[in-house]
Amino acid sequence: MAVLQFREAIKHAIDEEMSRDERVFIMGEEVAEYNGAYKVTEGLLDKYGYWRVIDTPISELGFAGLGVGAAMNGLRPIVEFMTFNFAVLAADQIINHATKVKYMTGGQADCPIVFRGPNASAGQLGATHSVAYDSMYAQFPGLKVIYVSEPNDAKGLMKSAIRDHNPVLFMESEQMYGLKGEVSDEEDFIIPIGKGKIKREGSDVTLVAHGKMYHFAVKAANELAKDGIECEIIDPRTVKPLDLKLIVQSVKKTNRCVVIDEAHPFAGLAAEIGFLIQREAFDYLDAPVLRVCLPDVNAPFSKPLFDAWLPSPKNIIDAVKQVSY
Amino acid sequence: MAKKGTSDIRFAPTGMESPEKGGVQKGVDLPAATRKKHKSLGLTTQHLKDMYQQMYLQRRFEERAMQQYQKGKFGGFLHLYIGQEAISTGTVFAFNNDDDIITAYRDHGWGLCRGISANEGMAELFGKATGCSGGKGGSMHFANVKEHFWGGYGIVGGHIPIASGLAFANKYNSNGRISACFFGDGAVDQGALHETMNLAQLWKLPTIFVVENNGYSMGTAAKRHTVAEIVDRAKGYGMKSAVINGMDVFSVFEKMKEIAEDVRKHSEPWFVEIRTYRYRGHSMSDPQKYRTKEELEEYQSIDPIERLKSYMLQEKLFKQSDIDSIEEGVEKEVLAAVSFADESPFPEESELYTDMFVEDNPYFHV
Repeated sequence: MAVLQFREAIKHAIDEEMSRDERVFIMGEEVAEYNGAYKVTEGLLDKYGYWRVIDTPISELGFAGLGVGAAMNGLRPIVEFMTFNFAVLAADQIINHATKVKYMTGGQADCPIVFRGPNASAGQLGATHSVAYDSMYAQFPGLKVIYVSEPNDAKGLMKSAIRDHNPVLFMESEQMYGLKGEVSDEEDFIIPIGKGKIKREGSDVTLVAHGKMYHFAVKAANELAKDGIECEIIDPRTVKPLDLKLIVQSVKKTNRCVVIDEAHPFAGLAAEIGFLIQREAFDYLDAPVLRVCLPDVNAPFSKPLFDAWLPSPKNIIDAVKQVSY
Repeated sequence: MAKKGTSDIRFAPTGMESPEKGGVQKGVDLPAATRKKHKSLGLTTQHLKDMYQQMYLQRRFEERAMQQYQKGKFGGFLHLYIGQEAISTGTVFAFNNDDDIITAYRDHGWGLCRGISANEGMAELFGKATGCSGGKGGSMHFANVKEHFWGGYGIVGGHIPIASGLAFANKYNSNGRISACFFGDGAVDQGALHETMNLAQLWKLPTIFVVENNGYSMGTAAKRHTVAEIVDRAKGYGMKSAVINGMDVFSVFEKMKEIAEDVRKHSEPWFVEIRTYRYRGHSMSDPQKYRTKEELEEYQSIDPIERLKSYMLQEKLFKQSDIDSIEEGVEKEVLAAVSFADESPFPEESELYTDMFVEDNPYFHV
């Protein structure tokens, strides 16, 4: 095992896939000469040249759509968004084109493309730079949505995303790029899309948490363990396809569940998982499924307001205590 | 200063008033057609026959489709290309067969020109399994990818960046192919066009942006929805440009051939405005109150199909009986297509879940 930063794990995955397949290229704002706004693509220009590492203007709609066309015409683009907040400008290409072209042409055109970049909040960046989009995109048929929490998952799933023959959204976090973790040095290390992982075993409450929230769940679980409450933490890693089986198995064991999600509450992943658990494990539940997510409010700038807005380990602890009666 | 709360305050230019009162009526002014004869354009009499057959097929296919729609044989939208056939035909004859073409939802003519049979086209309109897109696309989503027709798209301007992506892949692979994106004058107002023109010029993509300016963005005359001359958009990007008479297949063929060769040679984009006219409404539900009968008749009097026919007869290349026999052949083909579509089966219900993902056993959330 090598210890890598999150950004390095992603870069290694991209590098390996670019050297494996000449059809893979990366484009986005500042990915080439600047070496990446968050240094994810550092060194790739030197290695692969201007042909395959391409700086774009600030034209998310334009270059996302250009990626869709390039994918349809035989290439395998990786489109970097400086943040998924900017990808909203490209939503027509992701939602109306990448996901639909195969279906509406009766299967004649494929669209193997990866859209990647940081998702959700990253400190006091104000209302337009702080939204988690994974649940929203998971709503649309035809998209696979990945939002990882640790370097090892980032590497294995990024490789899967690039090899996938369909459109994939791969979400990261500005605040996790420097996070270090052990990454498998197995040759050609792949984690299949759609497989969650039990990252902490416990018998009292199931916590489902992905992306940045996973780390909050770990903090909460460590605190709760001091009080004798053992949480089982499941990181779904992939929002869609969702590894429902893994979650249901755990809930059948613990009989309690708290879902932690950095999206707003309405119709998000937390709501979906809550519904699925009642359908699949109704008789096993000893308490209602609770969720810890953002309030139905925009991100504020002011530090105390921001702290009140973002889910915290304390919120998770409170929810766990609420279901552990 | 105009008085608050009165109709002295105007935003969108009006179209319903007389020109004296500032109303905008007529959509397009046609540039002169080419004076060249077929031989000096490199066209043989066989080419003329094929062009005529193709244009007549597009016309009759849609006239029959309209009848079937009115009879309730199929639903959804139906946007007819009637009047604009010289553009698809002239372009396809000017291009290499493996050059990539993509268009908006007024796509039947393009599909027929690029290898979709009348049977497959009509069946697609009917939503049948034998349609070119398996009945999943319908009128707006004809496609024949193996013959480099990437389809019709339903979001105005949404396919413009995709066209440049096709060109990007062609340049990436140095395969000598070019791409061309066709869209209506309404799409000129979309931000996607600006972003993509900038990218294409900056990255020297081998692609052609083509506005099929038929004078109306749905019910809004071109001069009511967009400023200045459309072709002049190119200047802001330092892009090569041209205006073409779209009511004359020779003019389209001549200029598009020249442009295609230039794009292929220099790997630089072009912005082309082809002026034309659609005889029918925007879609079938359009009462067409935004234009006069006289205006429509003016364009019908310079119909591109009639024009080609006149040339073929006047130049004594064909006899009236030759023309009649082409037309009869097309008529039979189209009627057979209606029967084929009518008799074809609808897709099996299991088809609902195919063509979403590439893998054989994809995940569907339930």
